[in-house]
Amino acid sequence: MSVLVFIDTRGDKIPKAAQEAVTYASKLAGGPVTAVTFGNAQGLDALGANGAAKVIVARNVPGLDGQQLTKLVADIAAKEGANTIVCVHDGTGKAVAPRLAAKLKAGHVAGALGVPDGNRFKRNVFSGKAQAWLEVTSTKKVISLMPNSIPIGKDGGPATVEEFSGDLGPARIALKEMRKAGAGIPLPEAEIVVSAGRGMKGPEHWAPVEELATLLGGATACSRPVADMHWRPHHEHVGQTGVAIRPNCYIAVGISGAIQHLAGVNQSKVIAVINKDPEAPFFKAADYGIVGDAFEILPKLIDAAKKLNAER
Amino acid sequence: MKILVLLSQVPDTTARIAFTNGNTQFDTAGVTFIVNPYDEWYALVRALELKEAAGAGSVTTITVGGTDTEATIRKGLAIGADEAVRVDVQPTEALQVAEQVAAYARDKGFDLIIAGKETIDHNGGQVGGMVAELLDLPYVPLVSKLDIGGGKATVERDVPGGIEVLEASLPLVLSAAKGMAEQRIPNMRGIMAARTKPLTVVPAAPTDNVANTTIFELPPAKGAVKMIPAEDAGKLIELLHTEAKVI
Ligand SMILES: Cc1cc2nc3c(=O)[nH]c(=O)nc-3n(C[C@H](O)[C@H](O)[C@H](O)COP(=O)(O)OP(=O)(O)OC[C@H]3O[C@@H](n4cnc5c(N)ncnc54)[C@H](O)[C@@H]3O)c2cc1C
Ligand SMILES: Nc1ncnc2c1ncn2[C@@H]1O[C@H](COP(=O)(O)O)[C@@H](O)[C@H]1O
Repeated sequence: MSVLVFIDTRGDKIPKAAQEAVTYASKLAGGPVTAVTFGNAQGLDALGANGAAKVIVARNVPGLDGQQLTKLVADIAAKEGANTIVCVHDGTGKAVAPRLAAKLKAGHVAGALGVPDGNRFKRNVFSGKAQAWLEVTSTKKVISLMPNSIPIGKDGGPATVEEFSGDLGPARIALKEMRKAGAGIPLPEAEIVVSAGRGMKGPEHWAPVEELATLLGGATACSRPVADMHWRPHHEHVGQTGVAIRPNCYIAVGISGAIQHLAGVNQSKVIAVINKDPEAPFFKAADYGIVGDAFEILPKLIDAAKKLNAER
Repeated sequence: MKILVLLSQVPDTTARIAFTNGNTQFDTAGVTFIVNPYDEWYALVRALELKEAAGAGSVTTITVGGTDTEATIRKGLAIGADEAVRVDVQPTEALQVAEQVAAYARDKGFDLIIAGKETIDHNGGQVGGMVAELLDLPYVPLVSKLDIGGGKATVERDVPGGIEVLEASLPLVLSAAKGMAEQRIPNMRGIMAARTKPLTVVPAAPTDNVANTTIFELPPAKGAVKMIPAEDAGKLIELLHTEAKVI
């Protein structure tokens, strides 16, 4: 099976999700694959470790116009005779994968989890409250891999890097401005998330939440009412109508655990809940729980985290 | 400004998720259906705001689905859409839905086509991009702010590390994420007006089958929660480190 993988390599280092996608593609192919990317990333030969034999990079393409990227991937797929195209289920993948699927009349798996069973791919549905097996019946397939769903391969040697020189047509989408967000780990990539809700009473009380997150090397998140009341920025809102995350560790403080909130966090590996109400529904979804007042508990957690950091 | 909004119908956010027929079908018993929140709160409301600001134009909604979607479609009209279209076929898969929408929209001259970020049942985030490709139009997914001026759209989207501000030519397809508008509650006048607004039913175009959902699974039940006494709260950090090994 000839498999092509399309990844976004923008950033200081090659993103983890891109390495996962290359690993996944080489698993599907049963051997090294060709990877397609764009932009100015250096050190792309390192993708060989994850299973790329060759990396084709479109150097002067900023990658904001999904139509250009779709043409890039489709042209290379045609040239390489690839019937299966792997993408990442992230912002760039969502701009390209559905387009590719429509162009190639291919079945599209949005957010594949782990390796398939033949032509059947497992994915989350009902906002993570269930999973479904999607059977792709078309010869051509576009598979967008859910970030964080497979371990990265590390065994291959360096890949060769080629520059793409074809014509991708004019861009109809252009960058006007990039507004950098504050430092810190972007929420969807964080392995540890400390999240707080209306139980914190007001935005002036967030310092201990932030302190705990920083001590643990994690990011902060919040429930929807907290973002709606502008206590916290909208991009921190997790849940069914906010960001869906799947960190290793989710610590929820003063959040009741409404079903819509759980929908965005129930894929976390371990959930710890701090709530003063022993009947809070969140405890039913938790691995660890503390019944108590956040304003008394948080300082204790901060002390313990400082102690842990001093020991390691 | 002529705008098309894609409206899908989904189970209420609090619906119990269960399956029947050997886990091959979603169990709709006792389930209330609503307009997909991204379609209603953000895509539709922003479309209405743009039309109101321009003082001219129209907002049409399109839904691919059976007669059971008509109550949901009327909600869109009650919020303020001018007219609604229903493509008369059960949705089975993203490309099938996109082909129906594209077949309808192709010769209608919409300036803007807005889908939701994703449906909260299928969670694909696919249909908007597919429609754009089928109509050979630019597409920006996950838009949290949208403005129109000088024949162009200025949009913002959250990306790792910040906010990207993009400029795109019209006609344009985009998908709406949180932030694009504030939810509107339909008033009595809107609900009355919705009864007489046009809801056109169009027959389905032929499509290819490329994928099918075969079987559903529920996640394994969670083990019991381990409670830590409040006085001993620091122990949580220790357990997360030594027992759960996640920090
Ligand atoms: C269609 C729809 C979509 C939605 N989408 C989302 C979503 O994506 N994300 C989301 O989060 N919500 C969402 N919601 C809202 C959701 O239903 C809840 O209303 C919301 O999650 C509640 O937020 P909260 O837990 O912060 O607040 P509350 O429900 O008010 O809970 C506060 C909790 O804090 C506890 N508490 C109070 N004081 C203290 C203290 N001093 N110490 C410790 N604990 C304390 C209380 O016991 C309580 O459990 C959605 C709702 C709808 C209808
Ligand atoms: N059956 C449908 N009818 C109309 N629009 C739909 C339908 N299904 C999905 N959409 C639109 O496409 C968006 C993304 O859906 P999905 O790709 O299923 O996550 C939704 O938010 C809707 O705007």
